[in-house]
Amino acid sequence: MNKEEYQKLIKAKKPKEPKLKNALIAFFTGGFMGFFCEILSKLLIVWLGIPKSFSYGIICFLLILCASFFTALGFFDNLIVKYKCGLIIPTTGFAHSVTSSALEYKNDGMITGLGSNFFKLAGSVILYGIVSAFFLCLLKVICYA
Amino acid sequence: MIYLNAFLLPAFTCMIGQVILDNTKLTAGHITSIFTVFGAILSFFGIYPILIEKAGAGATILISNFGHMLFIGGMQGYNEQGFLGIFAGLLSKSSLAITSAVIIAFVFSILFKPKN
Repeated sequence: MNKEEYQKLIKAKKPKEPKLKNALIAFFTGGFMGFFCEILSKLLIVWLGIPKSFSYGIICFLLILCASFFTALGFFDNLIVKYKCGLIIPTTGFAHSVTSSALEYKNDGMITGLGSNFFKLAGSVILYGIVSAFFLCLLKVICYA
Repeated sequence: MIYLNAFLLPAFTCMIGQVILDNTKLTAGHITSIFTVFGAILSFFGIYPILIEKAGAGATILISNFGHMLFIGGMQGYNEQGFLGIFAGLLSKSSLAITSAVIIAFVFSILFKPKN
């Protein structure tokens, strides 16, 4: 058997990803998450009498807290495999990537392990977010100057 | 109506992310970066504040809100301090997300042991 035949065989035997099912799972996970967060934010506004933007901040904090806690307990990875982008696109994905890389490299030492690998996965979001936002700000300033 | 929007906006965003993840070679890191940049672009055209108004928490829980907050902070800094204010204020609004993620992740990584 030569290399090409082997590749063909692998392609045929490889389990096909159920793309439609994955998309629907992500659709409903993301949707219900937004729905319940909106209800929670309305409840917070009524209960605590706080402004809208402050309640969004609390929800963001709670999501990060839950995602980090579940990652530290070890079962958030299974949830991510199950619900995929439904949990990656919201803020939970950001918190998960920070916590999981911190836990993973903890044994290599506090500086060379945890410290230098802390933003290993979330670094790209922060870097490209800051770079793009800075140049867009610059563009807006130049346009309206 | 706001509850329906709060369902539909993150639902379609997550579905688009999943379709990109399944049909291209891009990883989850690529997709979150793309959505962050996309949020900053939407904020640049003034669309993201409208989305937050219409969909509420549905728009603020997404990673694109991070890009929006960066842009808003930068513009606020410019209005207060001029050109140098962009550097000073860019992270001011999104500090909550970054600082809380860093502190919480650090505390939990000290307290818990990695599981394999």
